[in-house]
Amino acid sequence: MKITLKVWRQKSKEAKGEFKTYQLDHVSQDMSFLEMFDVLNNDLVKKGEDPVAFDHDCREGICGMCSMYINGRPHGPLQTTTCQLHMRSFKDGQTITVEPWRAKAFPIIKDLVVDRSSFDRIQQAGGYISVNTGGVPDANEIAIPKKDADAAFDAAACIQCGACVAACKNSSAMLFVSAKISQYALLPQGQPERKTRAENMVAQMDAEGFGACSNTLACEAECPKGISVTNIARMNREYYVSKLSSDNV
Amino acid sequence: MKLDSKIPEGPLAEKWSKHKFNLKLVNPANKRKYEIIVVGTGLAGASAAASLAELGYNVKAFCFQDSPRRAHSIAAQGGINAAKNYRNDGDSVYRLFYDTVKGGDYRAREGNVYRLAEVSVDIIDQCVAQGVPFAREYGGLLDNRSFGGAQVSRTFYARGQTGQQLLLGAYSALNRQIANGKVKMYNRTEMLDVVVSDGKARGIITRDLITGKIEAHSGHAVLLCTGGYGNVFFLSTNAKGSNVTAAWRAHKKGALFGNPCFTQIHPTCIPVSGDHQSKLTLMSESLRNDGRVWVPKVARPGLKAVDAAKIPEAERDYFLERKYPSFGNLVPRDVASRNAKYACDEGKGVGSGLAVFLDFADAIKRDGKKVIEAKYGNLFDMYQQITGDNPYEVPMMIFPAVHYTMGGLWVDYNLQTTVPGLYALGEANFSDHGANRLGASALMQGLADGYFVIPYTIGDYLANLGWSDKIGTDHPAFREALEGVNSRLNKLLSIKGKKTVDEFHRELGLTMWDYCGMSRTEEGLKKAKKKIQELRAEFWTNVNVLGSNNELNQELEKAGRVADFMELGELMVDDALNRSESCGGHFREESQTPDGEALRKDDEFAYVAAWEYKGDNQPEVLHKEELVFENVKLTQRSYK
Repeated sequence: MKITLKVWRQKSKEAKGEFKTYQLDHVSQDMSFLEMFDVLNNDLVKKGEDPVAFDHDCREGICGMCSMYINGRPHGPLQTTTCQLHMRSFKDGQTITVEPWRAKAFPIIKDLVVDRSSFDRIQQAGGYISVNTGGVPDANEIAIPKKDADAAFDAAACIQCGACVAACKNSSAMLFVSAKISQYALLPQGQPERKTRAENMVAQMDAEGFGACSNTLACEAECPKGISVTNIARMNREYYVSKLSSDNV
Repeated sequence: MKLDSKIPEGPLAEKWSKHKFNLKLVNPANKRKYEIIVVGTGLAGASAAASLAELGYNVKAFCFQDSPRRAHSIAAQGGINAAKNYRNDGDSVYRLFYDTVKGGDYRAREGNVYRLAEVSVDIIDQCVAQGVPFAREYGGLLDNRSFGGAQVSRTFYARGQTGQQLLLGAYSALNRQIANGKVKMYNRTEMLDVVVSDGKARGIITRDLITGKIEAHSGHAVLLCTGGYGNVFFLSTNAKGSNVTAAWRAHKKGALFGNPCFTQIHPTCIPVSGDHQSKLTLMSESLRNDGRVWVPKVARPGLKAVDAAKIPEAERDYFLERKYPSFGNLVPRDVASRNAKYACDEGKGVGSGLAVFLDFADAIKRDGKKVIEAKYGNLFDMYQQITGDNPYEVPMMIFPAVHYTMGGLWVDYNLQTTVPGLYALGEANFSDHGANRLGASALMQGLADGYFVIPYTIGDYLANLGWSDKIGTDHPAFREALEGVNSRLNKLLSIKGKKTVDEFHRELGLTMWDYCGMSRTEEGLKKAKKKIQELRAEFWTNVNVLGSNNELNQELEKAGRVADFMELGELMVDDALNRSESCGGHFREESQTPDGEALRKDDEFAYVAAWEYKGDNQPEVLHKEELVFENVKLTQRSYK
């Protein structure tokens, strides 16, 4: 396959960025999208040009590190991670535009690499159950209806990649945050801190500069792990209930 | 150097309790005066950092990824073992201990393995309390399954992403301590050296991967939780960033390296599709429960999956079923992998020549597509996404890939390396899996070390050390280490040769795979040693690393790691040469039974090979820790 790549190049956070065009003449349709970038980078180094910086690690769709905005869609044309996208999803001779995630709360570090530490901080604000190591009850003392356990798992399947934010015209992180809040809200272990968790995580989300939700459902459509927007509805309920009886008023 | 494993005296079942009682404690009010450095935030690192912070220690934690949650533990699929005996099927701590020692082909320490089995039950309790959504039954209690040929159902799981859910549990505990201010987290930061002074580990040198800034961090103890070194093969199921640098730097500063040649090769991975291949993807070995492995009896070069149905039954060789009638397709990982290799060596490989079929046609005929879809739907989808073939209609193609490394830094019962104050946890140490790891035991060991072992054992070291025994980063030992790191980075940037880092890495990987992979010979290993030495010499004169040190420079990161992999590769070859027996994942052609199976030599090799670094280009010195088996009787494995 022959592919024309238009890639966003930006030397650093402060530098001004621009699209650069690269021609690739020997792309195999069995290559993953990231392997195509490996080939591009190998060629660039050979020519003495700076290779394209991009985030990636596990390359099996679970670590959530890869993050390319491909032809106007996070992770490209399929509902999967960039690392699981293969070149057979593209046509010979096609031009592919690749950008980083674009959101105020995800500042660009270099080229296609963005800073998603805001996601970590949101979880530090309350995305946990306050138990210390040791001294916990036997695992089977906590019976959890299978339905609830499965629903909690569905929410917990989020890989924190940020595609939901990249997909949203408001750069809202509500799908991500709601998945985290839901996992704990659905489980008995999460009940003692249920209200403060919702309150604190939402507050941190706002402080990081993520936008609001206007129900376009673009996040759900692009989420590689199929996280449902019903989590957002649940988060809203959790948030209102916690605010109505908040100790922080 | 005399290796002291510090295994406590006394009956097996009492060793750990007694040892815990004998360990010194740090006064609660003094814990805040200690600083502990944790490198790596996978299961071992995140659980250790969180648990130590909960105890009151100050922790600095480091990961090279952009978030601790991305450490490669996240990718584990299958499950985690624990001797809960929730199924009333005869499991016990002793049985898990016994299975693990036997599965490791009698090359692990009894005392360590028993402790691992003992604390396995606490891990599940801990994870559930954190909100880890394990699979449950309709009654609301936890589900279990049998895994990797185990005779009991002791594996807890969370669909196909047990690793992610367990890591998110440990990550949430870590986040809580970051919020409490007890853990200071350094993302996108790579450890490049360990600082040793007065014979003790005193801190580390790191590089900020965004700014390139080199920094010194001092502490009372350093924990390396940095995973395995499977990427020495270039192609493996490890994440692209997984590397040996932290462990290797520690090795060069005096920590012995245990059993480096013990590598686990997993039989059911998606084969290489071309020269562009960057990593390999594992599919759960549960596929072998219903899939039948075969190749054509007569070589059919380039045979495609779509044409498999044209090969009549009589012309197929179901080689595992033929050679191992009682275990069939469910023989252990090393046996399945090796036999796939032999089939391909004979030219009978399908596709590229380096693949065998894993065929579900019979299972679909027998149980119906629906049943197969319910069991393996997500794996079939993943396979189709990567290869473009539909496994409901055509057989899968599989080939073995490097998956896990049992070798690692030598540690004693306290998880301390041969450098006082320097610890290794999880896959980074060598200790619990012997020559082969059982399925669903990696997650168990990572969390056992982090949650339930190190919080006890480190206290003893720190109490004896005293909180005032710490050196500042202005100490000459730090300055020297800083200079070393800087000059190495500058060297890498100054070569400006003709070959890329990846080209070197691929060459190294091929050499390792061909000569130090699934089966090894003395002749091949000697050849590999020479090749690696030549490649290494070429690397330091002909590698091309562009850019500078003061920026995000992914080529520079890779170059440093590959340089370390080359040195490690040579040590792996030395270790494989020394161990002229077949055991576990290490198969020496010269050591076979008359019918071609692995022949272990317990009289000569029932020891841990621990290697001591002696300086650049000096041969490493072998130290032996004899393994003592007081409880388990050594037997030869047989799957006929």
